Amino acid sequence: MLQAAPNPLMKVENLVVEYSVGGKTIHAVSDVSLEIARGETLGLVGESGCGKSTLGRAVLQLRQAVSGKVLFDGHDLTTLKGEPLRQMRRRVQLIFQDPIASLNPRRRIGDIVAEPLVIAGVKDPEERKRRVAEVLSAVGLDPALVSGRLPHEFSGGQCQRICIARSLVLNPEFVICDEPVSALDVSIRAQILNLLEEMKARYGLTLLFIAHDLAVVKAVSDRVAVMYLGRLCEVGPSEQLFARPAHPYTALLIEAIPVPDPDVRPTQSVPVGEPPSPIAPPSGCRFRTRCPRADARCASEVPELRLVATGQFAACHHPLI
Amino acid sequence: MSGALLSVENAVVDLPTPRGNLRAVDHVDLAVGAGRTLGIVGESGCGKTMLSRAVLQLLPKKAKLSGRVMFDGQDLTTLSAEKLRKLRGRSLAVVFQDPMTSLNPVLTIGTQLIETIQEHLELDLAEARQRSIELLAAVGIPAPEQRLAQYPHQLSGGMRQRVAIAVALSCEPKLLIADEPTTALDVTIQAQILDLLAREQQRRHMAMIIITHDLGVVAGRTDEVAVMYAGRVVERAPTPALFKQMRMPYTEALLAALPKLDVAPHTPLPAISGRPPDPTRPLKGCSFSPRCRYSAGRCASEKPQLCSAETPEHLYACFHPIAARVGA
Ligand SMILES: Nc1ncnc2c1ncn2[C@@H]1O[C@H](COP(=O)(O)OP(=O)(O)OP(=O)(O)O)[C@@H](O)[C@H]1O
Ligand SMILES: Nc1ncnc2c1ncn2[C@@H]1O[C@H](COP(=O)(O)OP(=O)(O)OP(=O)(O)O)[C@@H](O)[C@H]1O
Ligand code: SF4
Ligand code: SF4
Ligand SMILES: [Mg+2]
Ligand SMILES: [Mg+2]
Repeated sequence: MLQAAPNPLMKVENLVVEYSVGGKTIHAVSDVSLEIARGETLGLVGESGCGKSTLGRAVLQLRQAVSGKVLFDGHDLTTLKGEPLRQMRRRVQLIFQDPIASLNPRRRIGDIVAEPLVIAGVKDPEERKRRVAEVLSAVGLDPALVSGRLPHEFSGGQCQRICIARSLVLNPEFVICDEPVSALDVSIRAQILNLLEEMKARYGLTLLFIAHDLAVVKAVSDRVAVMYLGRLCEVGPSEQLFARPAHPYTALLIEAIPVPDPDVRPTQSVPVGEPPSPIAPPSGCRFRTRCPRADARCASEVPELRLVATGQFAACHHPLI
Repeated sequence: MSGALLSVENAVVDLPTPRGNLRAVDHVDLAVGAGRTLGIVGESGCGKTMLSRAVLQLLPKKAKLSGRVMFDGQDLTTLSAEKLRKLRGRSLAVVFQDPMTSLNPVLTIGTQLIETIQEHLELDLAEARQRSIELLAAVGIPAPEQRLAQYPHQLSGGMRQRVAIAVALSCEPKLLIADEPTTALDVTIQAQILDLLAREQQRRHMAMIIITHDLGVVAGRTDEVAVMYAGRVVERAPTPALFKQMRMPYTEALLAALPKLDVAPHTPLPAISGRPPDPTRPLKGCSFSPRCRYSAGRCASEKPQLCSAETPEHLYACFHPIAARVGA
């Protein structure tokens, strides 16, 4: 099931991640399974708080999972420790949403980008300098001009270029981009999305691209996974999923996108109440409290992901296709 | 522009900064009639918020405003602080991007609504309370009676924005300014909030200004759009006319740069290169010229003025407007 390729680079199996707050459990990621093929970009969408970042952090072992496996190139990262884990981690990198906040304001750009090399034990300063210059040029910045400067001297878009350079300096194979353009302006957003695509081709990367904007996700993803309140709703090839969504939540998300065309009247949104709480998620299908198709079965039985079309899976008792 | 509920005439906002004077709003003219919606679009830092704060007379202390802001027959720039305060609660309302800016975190939702209503309308406590419940229900808040006792932080972002809208609507304003009311929210919640604003506006025949950086948001929901760049309005037109034929290269580029659902994955986006000019270092010519692919001749040395060609309602500030190039 959910086979992306015979030999996926990243494979997440039944991952469960929880937080405990004031004696209560937040079910942030519940039983999520995913595969990402070598060279593929998998987009992950869903509304705020649905668990996208938590999933990304758990994949990187920055947050410990309650249960489940994270197989990277065949190795289960959840059981690795010490040096073997460090070795694996070099091959996996993360780019954050807020480019400015993720750069140390007191350090120079050259040092910020070189930091992963230092941590990884690259001792030769000339070698470090060469690698830093190479990635800075790759992301469209002039190493001679920017290396000695501080983050506050750069715009949000330039800071994101710096973050991308830093994430690439160790030649990773897999990069998790957690909302890399959400904080950027429309005009800068397009520049950074193009840059990510270029970097992917140039360095042969595999990407997990997290965002809440469906159009942004579609622009860069081969396949898309839709998440709602800690669970996966639907996974499928981008074009197919957007053309024929099977899960009612995917359909709702697509409908809600504002279209820049005055002749397309905005569809009247469903007057839904507050999204349910991840502390006490609804029984059965977690989307049922907002779903126009919900019935008794949806309240009692958790829908499993099943095949609805070639390569497309949906977790719904009454899929649209 | 006569007959408009609000007309901004030749507004200039200057802010002193350590780097020198920053002209946040540069000779802007705008008008909105009762029952109409104006969209103001432009990227971060182009002056959208400063312009709306100029209308509300809520500029930072050190800011200098010149020009006129005519609202409902009076020039707001000449009113006393006391008169302005009354006006702002009553006929001129605002909703900000972050609902926590409009709401008081230490007061319950009930207290905030009831106090606002009682301050501006002559209602007793029971009536004001009843009115608050009706308003919360109107903005789609489930169990409105119980919500009165809750604090803003106990609600989700979408719910808080609804409450902020309820507070803004509580005194039947004639003009509502919504400054990026949905930028912090998810698409599904965004659609709900925009629907809510449209519905309340129609019902109340209220004028509305929606400020956003997303051309998609204004397309289906405004009568007129003003596109701002580097403090100036660079294109202004009735919404259908604007989307049918953009004249200003910046507007066209902004639309083209938006990722679209009907485009195949991995198609390179037509990005706008570079970024807006430093507002403390104004350019001599067209502010967009360093990024504009049509820039030529006097673009770098002379400022294009906002003017109209075929139809008087469609204005643009460009020496080489888009349609003029066709066949030329
Ligand atoms: N460190 C934490 N401690 C407690 N709860 C947390 C923590 N981080 C996240 N959560 C909760 O876990 C759930 C999932 O959060 P997460 O940040 O993964 O969502 P997200 O999909 O990335 O949202 P966004 O789009 O807002 O970034 C939310 O309910 C959130 O409040
Ligand atoms: N209090 C302030 N003091 C000095 N300059 C300011 C102040 N607030 C804003 N500015 C500057 O004024 C210009 C216009 O800012 P404004 O907030 O109006 O932009 P905006 O279009 O609303 O942007 P955004 O989309 O980011 O909200 C910017 O260059 C900004 O840096
Ligand atoms: S399982 Fe039921 S409630 Fe869930 S999405 Fe499908 S129809 Fe809706
Ligand atoms: S005036 Fe010149 S530089 Fe400015 S938008 Fe028009 S063509 Fe481009
Ligand atoms: Mg997140
Ligand atoms: Mg603003």
